Amino acid sequence: MAELTMVEAINLALREEMQRDERVVLLGEDVGVDGGIFRVTKDLIEEFGEARVMDTPLAESGILGFAIGMAMRGMIPVPELQFSGFAYEGFHQLESHASRMRWRSQGGLSVPMTVRMPYGAGVRALEHHSESREVFYAHMPGLKIVVPSGPRNARSLLLAAIRDPDPVVFFEPKASYRAFREEVPDDEEIAEIGKAVTVREGGDITIVAYGAMLPRTIEAAEALAKDSVSAEVIDLLTISPLDWPTVTASVRKTGRCVVVHEAPLSYGPGAEIVARVMEDSFLSLEAPVGRVAGPDVHVPYFAREQRYLPDCARILGVCKSVLDY
Amino acid sequence: MPRKTLDLGLEIEHLSILDPSGEADNELVPQIPDDMLLRGYRTMIKARRFDERRLKLQRSGRIGTFAPVTGQEAAQVGTIAALAENDWFVPSYRETAAHFWRDTDPADMLLYDAGYNEGGKLAEDGRLTPLSVPVGTQMLQAAGIAHAARMLGADDIAMTYFGDGATSQGDFHEAMNFAGVFDCPVVFVCQNNQYAISVPRARQTRSETLAQKAVAYGVPGIQVDGNDIFACYVAAHEAVERARDTGTPTLIECVTYRMEMHTTADDPTRYREDDEVDKWRKRDPIERFGKWLKGRDLLDDDAIATMEDEIKDEIETAWQTASDRIEELKDTDPMFAHIYAEETPELARQRKRMEQGQNPGGWSDG
Ligand SMILES: Cc1ncc(C[n+]2csc(CCOP(=O)(O)OP(=O)(O)O)c2C)c(N)n1
Repeated sequence: MAELTMVEAINLALREEMQRDERVVLLGEDVGVDGGIFRVTKDLIEEFGEARVMDTPLAESGILGFAIGMAMRGMIPVPELQFSGFAYEGFHQLESHASRMRWRSQGGLSVPMTVRMPYGAGVRALEHHSESREVFYAHMPGLKIVVPSGPRNARSLLLAAIRDPDPVVFFEPKASYRAFREEVPDDEEIAEIGKAVTVREGGDITIVAYGAMLPRTIEAAEALAKDSVSAEVIDLLTISPLDWPTVTASVRKTGRCVVVHEAPLSYGPGAEIVARVMEDSFLSLEAPVGRVAGPDVHVPYFAREQRYLPDCARILGVCKSVLDY
Repeated sequence: MPRKTLDLGLEIEHLSILDPSGEADNELVPQIPDDMLLRGYRTMIKARRFDERRLKLQRSGRIGTFAPVTGQEAAQVGTIAALAENDWFVPSYRETAAHFWRDTDPADMLLYDAGYNEGGKLAEDGRLTPLSVPVGTQMLQAAGIAHAARMLGADDIAMTYFGDGATSQGDFHEAMNFAGVFDCPVVFVCQNNQYAISVPRARQTRSETLAQKAVAYGVPGIQVDGNDIFACYVAAHEAVERARDTGTPTLIECVTYRMEMHTTADDPTRYREDDEVDKWRKRDPIERFGKWLKGRDLLDDDAIATMEDEIKDEIETAWQTASDRIEELKDTDPMFAHIYAEETPELARQRKRMEQGQNPGGWSDG
């Protein structure tokens, strides 16, 4: 067991997969000599060489299109995009090709790649470095969207993503990169993509969250406990395909549900979750489902980014109105 | 029907006028009025001192990360100085020296660096676009600005700035291509500072120069010593005239060096040797220009000392202004401002809810 940060845990997962399978290759801007601007790929070029840890030219379309080609020809690429805010230069490669190749070729070709990108606010960065746009990808059939919340599940989910036969977009909550350490087992631990985890059991209200919102959600659940409200907290871990059985079972038990995400409110992941809860658990609901989200604005520059981000108080506010309904 | 070499008359010029020791090729030195020369020198010093001050402010947590310009002052001042006042300046994120030539207020820049959107407010009719972070994306906009000016019957042109790394983006190709196809009066200034964060120029392209990329688009390209303010100015001046007179775009590759870190989040010792940095230090753009000015009796140590004092004051005043504004702004919350020309009913609802400490979403209790 080692106590690792999320950055270290992802680095461990990459190393493990590269040791296990020679077809696993990393590519991206500054991933090699520099070890990645967040140090996620630190020392990997020393261990695996520049053929497998490729510093690419500065071109996201290049990185993704090239990776798709490599994947179709039998490699397992793990491209890194430096920030999710710079994925748009290569977005069309995901929408037009990665997500459709299996379908278009009627099963003849597949794209087993894992696109890693840090997302989210809270690190005092410049514009374009703070957004949370996972729905853009979740809206594409054929992609799987994974968002770890801590070091341990980041490692186990990344192993699963790299071994997945389909393209996975792996969103790394950069605010959690070094925020805390966690024990990560020495032995290989593989998560199942598409499985949510109930991180806290409770009977009064279900709170669904993921990624960097997890710590704040737990904080809110703890505050509710002091008021004798027992909240069940579900960490989604995969946004698409989402683990509906876990959410449904919990909401049918508690009768109340709140969804938390930092993405903007309108058309955010919460919209899908609320609709589905309504469809699946309508008769069990004691109150409308609440949504805690960012407002429908661009993330303000960093002096005010915390005002944008949902915090414990905002989560509690929505939980209260759902509980008091 | 034999194989033959096409004679396309393609050649790429390299221009250098002022060498690192401060000696100039007198036949090539451009005619520039003395006050403009001194203003150029002063702008370069100001940009460098501003970097130094910002680094301290960043290290003490008062501003966030920024991209230093040190080493690239000639590439910026030499080129922007060739623009007329009504021409457009379309920067990326490292163009501090060009901004100072264009009179961008350092207090606004500091406010931006401190994480306040208000710092990004542009001077009215300043003929510039905001700092653009997504690498390479602004070049196409510059071509569009230039084209629109022609359509509107105006004579302004556009000059856009980007790095060596940016030439790898598809947008670079598209911008050069559009500019060529539509005869856009735009000047593309590539500051080849040898690195895109950690990735050296040689890993961006197998082309020997970046200037030669112009050939593929059928437009003029030139490589200049980017630490030589005269070479930068002459190339830019020619490009600006050509753009204005004939609508021909030009690619200028300024060969320069980023003396400091990529941004304050970066540690360059991970990917480059001190020897290399020292080698470039000897090619410093400010030093050689200073020597030349002194040789012409346009400058002496006293004048430099006075200039340094004035600049120091200007920067301190700017920080004072920025700090005062931060005090005024820090408890304000204009998150909903400027999303649309007119606030939509839904945004108004979300804003009001948040003003009451609520979440943006949620049902109304009436
Ligand atoms: C589209 C995009 N991808 C990645 C980044 C992250 N990034 C910021 S600057 C930079 C390197 C840019 O190098 P270059 O174009 O040579 O300009 P320089 O920073 O050296 O001035 C990178 C990769 C970005 N801002 N935009």
